[in-house]
Amino acid sequence: MTRHNPLDNRLLCGALGVAGLFCVMEVAGRTGLIDPLVFPLASTVLGRAAALVTDGEFLSDVASTLGAWALGLLFTVALAVPAGFLLGSLPRVESALRPILEFLRPIPSIALIPLALAVFSDRFDMKVLLIVYAATWPVLINTMYGLKDVDPLAKETLRSFGFGKSAVLWRVSLPSTAPFIATGVRLASAIALIVGISAELLGGGAQGIGSYVLESGGNADAVEYIIAAAIWAGVIGMVTNGLFVLAERRIFRWHTARTEVV
Amino acid sequence: MLEITNLSHTYGNGPTAHNALGGIDLKVAQGELVCIVGPSGCGKSTLLRSIAGLLRPSGGQVTLNGAQVEQTPDNLAVVFQDYSRSLFPWMSVVDNVSLPLRRKGMDKRQRGQAAMEALEEVGLDGAAAKYPWQLSGGMQQRVSIARALAYRPALLLMDEPFGSVDAQTREDLEDLTLRVRNLHNMTIVLITHDIDESVYVGDRVVVLSKAPAGIVGDLRVDLPGPRDQITTREHPDFVHLRAEVGRLVRGMRSPSPSAS
Repeated sequence: MTRHNPLDNRLLCGALGVAGLFCVMEVAGRTGLIDPLVFPLASTVLGRAAALVTDGEFLSDVASTLGAWALGLLFTVALAVPAGFLLGSLPRVESALRPILEFLRPIPSIALIPLALAVFSDRFDMKVLLIVYAATWPVLINTMYGLKDVDPLAKETLRSFGFGKSAVLWRVSLPSTAPFIATGVRLASAIALIVGISAELLGGGAQGIGSYVLESGGNADAVEYIIAAAIWAGVIGMVTNGLFVLAERRIFRWHTARTEVV
Repeated sequence: MLEITNLSHTYGNGPTAHNALGGIDLKVAQGELVCIVGPSGCGKSTLLRSIAGLLRPSGGQVTLNGAQVEQTPDNLAVVFQDYSRSLFPWMSVVDNVSLPLRRKGMDKRQRGQAAMEALEEVGLDGAAAKYPWQLSGGMQQRVSIARALAYRPALLLMDEPFGSVDAQTREDLEDLTLRVRNLHNMTIVLITHDIDESVYVGDRVVVLSKAPAGIVGDLRVDLPGPRDQITTREHPDFVHLRAEVGRLVRGMRSPSPSAS
């Protein structure tokens, strides 16, 4: 009981897993199991990834991708949350729009890139629009779902004190739905990054991590650059997701604490 | 102050319609504590929701201090059975208590002060900064009572308020209700299915029949005060009254002329 096992630490355990995979890859490359000419050594890729931090061109591409990501996510929240509240509180409107939503939802946003390219002359606008399209779904669905989950007794409590409909919406429905919206935004943030980089790759954007990968394709050691850039894309995704999780835990402690008790 | 005339309510229509209330007439005087008791599913909650304006009854009317109740009146508070759902988990205890006071046009400082006073009255001033889910069930229901007290309602409705707490806490909360009621001379309508509780807490016990609910008994409780969990409950009048109410609830005829 008193002895503390260091492997109980999740962070340490995770770091060991990453280091383990790195060693396996490195050994596989050095022993010739994987031809280093086809797939570069793990240490080479890591070195390249580290060098990218001082590469001004790469950094401005990262900034461009993150800019489109942030702007897209902002528009998504501004659009999907009110839309979710509207659909969630007006069942007739929801029934009318349901078939359209169900038709649009499964269309992969990547498939819309040619269309977006034809319509938008500005690549950045196109990227942001595709992000908004793809990221809207989880936020919209979660907002509607969260609104359905609002406890009718909580609403009646406020009503019984003489509060009107708008006060109930603002003081009960919105705060109780907020944790669901936050989860939707976290899912949307990952989607936004994926769609943003995909749009850069497929749409041949002038800027962004995807464009950097495309441009490195001409180099002799292209694979090395591509993997190094992909590593950074993964790190950005992991960090943003982690920040969202931390924020959710802090702000919505009441939500998790309550569900743990019940 | 509360006057209910020929109140009836039917849920749904056609062959599946459920007639919950079948013409109820009831008057509650200022400062009275009336317990409404009846078998489960008899329409007690429908009656309460009609008084609170949360439900529009099919027929009859409710007037509160002379004004007809159409929507939720703003001089009324409700304490629900399910405190964990009725308190807002995203707000601290003191914020929960002060929130309804926004209806009273009080500023932030006045609201906070009134909320703290109410929490003191229920013995929870130490838990003001906590969140409802950090408290025990009995304490949470005290917060609900404090929220209703701070609001200073003309009429306090309580819907099975002690139905979800253990027996010891239940007695504490019954005594708390009696204490604050005496302190503020409040008018209270308390709904319960517990016969002993209705006689112990009430000045008057109104017995409802099975659905469609009608009033089958209206008994005045004249027990020597102050009431006490031990001595009141062994008093011959208490024993007699609870038997009387019990018979009425079960739909049996009383062996002797009514005690009221």
